[in-house]
Amino acid sequence: MGAADLDPAARARYGTDFLREVEERVEEGQWVKMCMQCGVCAGSCPFGPHWEHSPQKIFMMIRAGEREAVLRSDAMWMCTSCYNCVVRCPRKLPITQIMHGLASYAERLGLAPKMQPTRRWSLLFWHNCTRTGRVNELRLTLGLYFMGGFVAGLKKAWAMRRIGFGLLRAGRLNPFELLRGHECRDKAGIRRMLAKAYELEAKRRGFTN
Amino acid sequence: MSAPASAAYLCEGCGLGERLDVDALAAIAEREQKMDLVRRHPLLCSQEGVAQIHADIAAGVTQIAIAACSRRAKTEAFHFPEAAVARANLREGVVWVRPAGDPAREATQEMAADYLRMACAEVRRMKVPAGNPDRAECRRVLVVGGGVSGLSAALAVARAGYEATIVEKSSALGGWAAKLHRRVPDREPFRDPVPTGIETLIAEVEAHPSIRVHRNATVAKTAGAPGRFTVEIASEDGALVSETVGAIVQATGFTPYDATKLVEYGYGRSPDIVDQAGLEALARAAAGGPIRRPSDGQPVRTVVFVQCAGQRDASGRHLPYCSGHCCATSIKQAMYFKDADPSVNAIVLYSDLRVPGSGEDFYRSAQAKGVTFVKGSVAEVTEERRVRFRDLILAEESEIEADLVVLATGQVPNAGVDIDTVAQDEPGQWKRESRSVLNLVYRQGKDLPQLAHGFADSHFICFPYETRRTGIYAAGPVRRPMDIAQAVEDATGAALKAIQAIENARSGRAVHPRAGDLSYPIVRLDGCTQCKRCTVECPFGAIDEDEKRYPLFNESRCRRCGTCMGACPVRVISFENYSVETVGAQIKAVEIPDESEDKPRVLVLACENDAYPALDMAGFARRSYSPYVRVVPVRCLGSVNAIWVTDALNAGWDGVALVGCKHGADYQCHFVKGSELAQYRMGKIEDTLKQLALEKERVVTFEAAITDVERLPQRLDEYVRTIVETIGLSPMKGFG
Repeated sequence: MGAADLDPAARARYGTDFLREVEERVEEGQWVKMCMQCGVCAGSCPFGPHWEHSPQKIFMMIRAGEREAVLRSDAMWMCTSCYNCVVRCPRKLPITQIMHGLASYAERLGLAPKMQPTRRWSLLFWHNCTRTGRVNELRLTLGLYFMGGFVAGLKKAWAMRRIGFGLLRAGRLNPFELLRGHECRDKAGIRRMLAKAYELEAKRRGFTN
Repeated sequence: MSAPASAAYLCEGCGLGERLDVDALAAIAEREQKMDLVRRHPLLCSQEGVAQIHADIAAGVTQIAIAACSRRAKTEAFHFPEAAVARANLREGVVWVRPAGDPAREATQEMAADYLRMACAEVRRMKVPAGNPDRAECRRVLVVGGGVSGLSAALAVARAGYEATIVEKSSALGGWAAKLHRRVPDREPFRDPVPTGIETLIAEVEAHPSIRVHRNATVAKTAGAPGRFTVEIASEDGALVSETVGAIVQATGFTPYDATKLVEYGYGRSPDIVDQAGLEALARAAAGGPIRRPSDGQPVRTVVFVQCAGQRDASGRHLPYCSGHCCATSIKQAMYFKDADPSVNAIVLYSDLRVPGSGEDFYRSAQAKGVTFVKGSVAEVTEERRVRFRDLILAEESEIEADLVVLATGQVPNAGVDIDTVAQDEPGQWKRESRSVLNLVYRQGKDLPQLAHGFADSHFICFPYETRRTGIYAAGPVRRPMDIAQAVEDATGAALKAIQAIENARSGRAVHPRAGDLSYPIVRLDGCTQCKRCTVECPFGAIDEDEKRYPLFNESRCRRCGTCMGACPVRVISFENYSVETVGAQIKAVEIPDESEDKPRVLVLACENDAYPALDMAGFARRSYSPYVRVVPVRCLGSVNAIWVTDALNAGWDGVALVGCKHGADYQCHFVKGSELAQYRMGKIEDTLKQLALEKERVVTFEAAITDVERLPQRLDEYVRTIVETIGLSPMKGFG
């Protein structure tokens, strides 16, 4: 079953299709059906009031077959991985992992909210660290500053200047990293490893793209 | 000089010797209370001390006052069935609740002296109970109802070596359980529906030599008392069989709530909308294969279970209560579909999924099998099986198209007629009532009283199988909604209770809660004015009326609470060891200090089941309370006769506090109505107080639970303070 032949309109409300899709394709998705809707996760989440849907609601929406709403939700992207919900869930659901699993599945399908800042930051981080096999902190930081535009970036950099100079004096910040930073010796090997992992996951979850 | 008949024993152990002036106490017993024999012992409950008492009894002592610990302590050591025994509670009731040291010494000593006087006065008026003369032996238990509860009860009775008679209204045993495809599992791993096992149960009952079964039969008449009930069993063909039984278990079960009343859920308008019983029938027809729609025989692809259909209803149109089993039943039924074909969509719409006990594992198993659970409230089920509901998590209106809709309706008890609303027969005018289950020839009505929502009586908080009709025990869903596992447990408990009733009836003893009590109510009929208060107020229907309209005591139906004794305005009812005189003498024995001494005296009549133990426990905790109270334990507040209160006030007591159990719908009274009646009667005592020109606050009633170890002493202290500070001492002192 490819993502393309999942026609959202054809899904019956409270049918089992989307739940099955989540079980097959989302990390730890097989746990979703075990949620008993107690709401402890929603009550435990420090970000509770700041996102569209609590984990409880996301799980209910999956059962209700609300595919679009789930995958386009910003909820999974707002998770800070504090693991409060996982610790407290009386049914021992790996909620944090499921949220991240849903986020990466939404991203794969291109349904994730494009301008969601956490999503953009995640991509920034991912590209930064997979390019050379090591995180280039200076570029990553600047990337974050300028994510909201050139002027916003300058303002943010200006506000942080004291910390920046302090790091410079302490030898914790090397301006030449901007040109070319630390790299792994076998960059090609890293890329091959990631490609293989990607391939394995696609195979296991039945992705065609 | 003749042999001593009365003896007082003063214990000096547990600190009594150090804290009290035992010489003075001995002098009171001897000179003032005129006890024939007074003995002191450093540790009375020791072997040596007890042996001394036994020796004295052998020498002719019949009345024994023991001044030591509470009557609730050392009951085995101080067990002298041959003599009348009164206990002066000097340990828990005096030294343990009083501060040590000189300033408190005088008041503490006065307290101890009064308790000793009370015990001596009480014991002189006590007799050794001889046991109820209304004895009979019959080892057969009548079980009304041949469902799981009834069959289990009969089998439990038979296995214990007694005999049972089952009366079943229908032509077959097994009840609802025999109509099920599978049952909810009752043991590990709680994963799948399991066979009901009802065939084995039926076969075992039918094969048992001690069990007699009447099918197509009902109970036409029940008369008598524990140990000697006579029951007429009417067969459908009109034949009438009479049997004698020792006790009765009513296990008449339930009827599913009439789903046709659920107009909004479309029951009756489509064959594809069924109740849980209907689904069981479909599952039995499918015999493990795919369950098919009744309308067109197509296999079901989407099935929706509507929980709480016509239950937990606040509108007043349907059942107000939760039937407890239906969530687990729907989970089981959803598994019928999932186990036969995992691709079937089985959706349970619930508002609170209630699966008590190990039902949680069963619920989890259903989730693992892919049953969808949706928290929602169903507004409507259309003829076309569209289920319209509100998803309570997503807070939005929704709709599901189902092939089959199952309504989880509740259990309605088969408890017979409601004796509170049906007019009762005049004495001698008894008629059989076809709607009645037991057709009791009791003054109080033909069936068990109903507790709430039409369920048969049960002492909910303490003794589940006990009803207000002694020797008749309710078990299974007739008592409260329940599932098979609970019904089996219930039936077993009720069976054992029935056996106890039989054994106690045989030996002339009381059944629960005063199990083993040999005393029984004795009525002096020549003084009776036929006021009927005892017959009306007896919570247990123990008293009928004879043809001359005198009370007719059925002693083996009696629970010995003494409510009749408290009710009797002419005081002709008494027990050998508990009477208007035994308590009255205690009240009069207390020394009332002069008004000038500023030492109030407050009489506390405390329920021996809850309030008195709470005060004892206050003693264990060394929680001190006012030395001005004198506590008299009573069997039940219902046994408090108004004369005690007027006598006390006349004698110069400054206040009377009645301390009993919580009453009302969620009563905690062992005797169901006792504390309520006391409350009611004391409401009427205001007139008496007015006649005596006394304040109405001089008589109060408190509710106390056995756990009120802190609160009860506090309330007594407050009451004493109110009397001293606000009301003032009684003006009646010195006249008594």
